Amino acid sequence: MSLEKYKDRNIGNQNYKLIGHEAFPQTNGEKFERVMKRMVKGELFVGLWVTVRTMFEALFKGQMHTTKYPFEKLPISPRYRAIHEMLRLLESGHYRCIGCGLCEQICISDCIRMDTRYDENQRKEVSEYTINFGRCIFCGYCAEVCPELAIVHGPRYETSSEQRASFSLFEDMLTPIDALKHQKEYPGFGAVSPNADENIKKTPLAY
Amino acid sequence: MDALIIETVVKAIVVLLVISALAGFGTYLERKVLAFMQRRLGPMHVGPFGLLQILADGIKLFTKEDIVPQHANRLIFMVAPAITAATAFIALAAIPLFPEFTIFGYTIRPIIADLNVGILFVLGAMASGLYGPLLAGMAQANKWGIIGSARTAILFLSYEVVTGLSILAPIMIVGSLSLIDFNNAQAGGVSDWMVWKQPVAFVLFLIAGFAETNRTPFDLLEHEAEVISGYATEYSGMRWGMFFIGEYANMITVAFLASLVFFGGFNPIGFIPGFLAIILKVSFFFFLMLWVRASWPHVRPDQLMWLCWKVLMPIAILNILITGIVLL
Repeated sequence: MSLEKYKDRNIGNQNYKLIGHEAFPQTNGEKFERVMKRMVKGELFVGLWVTVRTMFEALFKGQMHTTKYPFEKLPISPRYRAIHEMLRLLESGHYRCIGCGLCEQICISDCIRMDTRYDENQRKEVSEYTINFGRCIFCGYCAEVCPELAIVHGPRYETSSEQRASFSLFEDMLTPIDALKHQKEYPGFGAVSPNADENIKKTPLAY
Repeated sequence: MDALIIETVVKAIVVLLVISALAGFGTYLERKVLAFMQRRLGPMHVGPFGLLQILADGIKLFTKEDIVPQHANRLIFMVAPAITAATAFIALAAIPLFPEFTIFGYTIRPIIADLNVGILFVLGAMASGLYGPLLAGMAQANKWGIIGSARTAILFLSYEVVTGLSILAPIMIVGSLSLIDFNNAQAGGVSDWMVWKQPVAFVLFLIAGFAETNRTPFDLLEHEAEVISGYATEYSGMRWGMFFIGEYANMITVAFLASLVFFGGFNPIGFIPGFLAIILKVSFFFFLMLWVRASWPHVRPDQLMWLCWKVLMPIAILNILITGIVLL
């Protein structure tokens, strides 16, 4: 299954088919005519054919629609906003977060808390970083505002857990250092769109 | 005489057990076939291909609390499911299920009672089975139940006349009411089947049979979208299960009747032996009921009455008249 149809947001342009309505019969003669027409036309057998065709397609042509959910999963859109992920720099493996605090500031449900300090190189270091997922509404502002693409929304949508703390610490969200080579430059929420250059417009000040 | 009694009792027990088991298996088949026709998988997880789902459902039904509502008529409420289940099995008594076979040097005729009015007995027993829903709906002090039993009455008044009249024309041709005579009259292969002589009667009988078993085009009694569960609203546990077993046993009975009366019964077709032939035919009719349920919408009660009295009954009477003229 490709992702294209998940990305298609032009929901008004699908090929809807309008079903024609016949005029409702008024006189008894017209009613009788409709009964006779329906008897001869074999519409009922068309219905039978449709279901049996569907059955054979489902059984032998692999068009079964059921997804056995815990065992197989449908692909989700890259712009899906699930549990956050903290990314690392690909070259050095250091986490990308520069501790600017923008995500904490913009968070409308006030669920991000971060604490920073200067390390020995006079570089901002994140000492504490938590997201309270009991409050988070997954609006995506934090990922949008992050200048370093450090916090993004990942695809991890199965968020039932016995404790909220299972997700919310910085270390839990950070890409594990040994999985760094699997970390992809993220196309999803928070990332710059592929056609970002075309979308750039001059600000009013440039005129 | 003793041997006859023992043989009959054994046959009755075997039929009871096998048909009950088949009724359980029928629920599995129904769920699977409906699922495939809707591109779903149906029961999958209990046992291989979900086969043990029947067992799980059985355990659930047996262990569920048996509730009798406060203002219900206790006695009738508790007896009604037994009527449905019992009459469904009583109807099977006069149906020859398989050809004669010999086991340990003892010839067995797989019919519990070879009545000379077999077909009347079967239809009568099945018709009295509708007392189950009728009494159940009225006894349970529930408005949905009352509507359900009112619809039972409508159903009963509608289809019964069509069943009798449609089957009358084949009876006139065969000249007997015994189902074994029906079977023997079609012994000459596929071309002898009654359905070629009486196609109209077959269609009418099939429609009436669907009504008789409360299957989908005419499932007015417990259509969920309209009357919650109709007559079965207040039932739970095994009492509800008895309604269910009765319904599936009735489906099997109607499938047997259709194959015996119109499709050559248990006569061998070419290289297919007789017992396999009738199993195939009955399976087809059972499948047809599930197929129709997946395909067609159901009708309103007034439409059913209109259909039965204004369309099907005149056609049936015309069919009888023409058959009579041809026979003369």
